[in-house]
Amino acid sequence: MSGSANSNSNSSGPSGSPEQGVPLITEADIVEARQKGRALALGIGFSPGDATLIATAISELARNIVTYAKRGEIRLIPIELNGKQGLTVVAKDEGVGIPDIRQALQDGYSTAGRLGLGLPGVKRLMDEMEIVSEIGVGTTVTAKKWKT
Amino acid sequence: MEVPILKQGAYLIASIQAALSDTDLLHFRDVLMKRVGQYRARGVIVDVAALDVMDSFGTRVLGDIARMISLRGAKTVIVGIQPEVAMAMVQMGLTLGAVTTTLDLEEGLAYLDENTKSPAER
Repeated sequence: MSGSANSNSNSSGPSGSPEQGVPLITEADIVEARQKGRALALGIGFSPGDATLIATAISELARNIVTYAKRGEIRLIPIELNGKQGLTVVAKDEGVGIPDIRQALQDGYSTAGRLGLGLPGVKRLMDEMEIVSEIGVGTTVTAKKWKT
Repeated sequence: MEVPILKQGAYLIASIQAALSDTDLLHFRDVLMKRVGQYRARGVIVDVAALDVMDSFGTRVLGDIARMISLRGAKTVIVGIQPEVAMAMVQMGLTLGAVTTTLDLEEGLAYLDENTKSPAER
C-alpha cells in the first residue's frame, strides 16, 4: 500500500549553497540535522525566525525517523524557482511505513503516546509538504520552505 | 551535556546552555527532580534562552518537569523563550499549558518571590 498527500511544485537547481545529507541513527543526529539545517537556511538568506521554523521542522522529522524507523537520512537541498530561493528538507527512512497518512496528519494522532503534533506541526511550519510511504519499504517526507 | 543547577536560597536555577539531545533533556529532568528534594527547593527556574529549538518533545518534557515539580510542592518558571522559538511553537500549535513563563531570569525570580513562601515564613 502506498499513498501521498499534498501537492509538490516543480522546483530545481541549487542556489550556491551545496546540498547536505545527515545520516540519522542516534538521537544526537537529530540535533546535528537541525543545526545544519539552520546554518544552511541562514546561508541562503532566510530570516532567523524562518531558520528556526525550518530547524524545528527538521527536528520533528528527524525524531520521527529515529523513533519509528530507527535509521534514515535528512537531506537539505537549496532550491530556486522563478527567481525565488528556498530550502527542501527530505526525510527518508526505510522503516515500516505509514499505513494511513491522512490519520498521521491529524492533530493528536500518535502511535507512540506522544502529543501527535509532529507531522501536522511540520506541515504548519513549512510551505509545502509531501509524504510518500510504502508499507515495509519506508517513508519519504519532502518539505519545502520559500524565502519571503 | 550536563545542565548546571545552582542553588540560590530556596530556589534552584537551571540554565540550559546549549542544544540538548533527548537523552540529555530526560537526564536533566531526573537530576532536577532529585535536587528539588535534596535542597527542599520552593521554586525552580529553568532558563531556556540558549535552546535553539523547542519542538514537540522538548515542549512535552518541559511541561512534564513543571508538573512533576508542582507535585513535589515547588513552583517552576520557564524563562527566556526566544522570540523565534515562541513563533515556531505557536505555528506548530505547541503550548506549555498552565506552566508559568517569564521574559527572563529577573522576572522569574520576581515571580517566585511573590508566589513562594520565604524561608523565614517556613
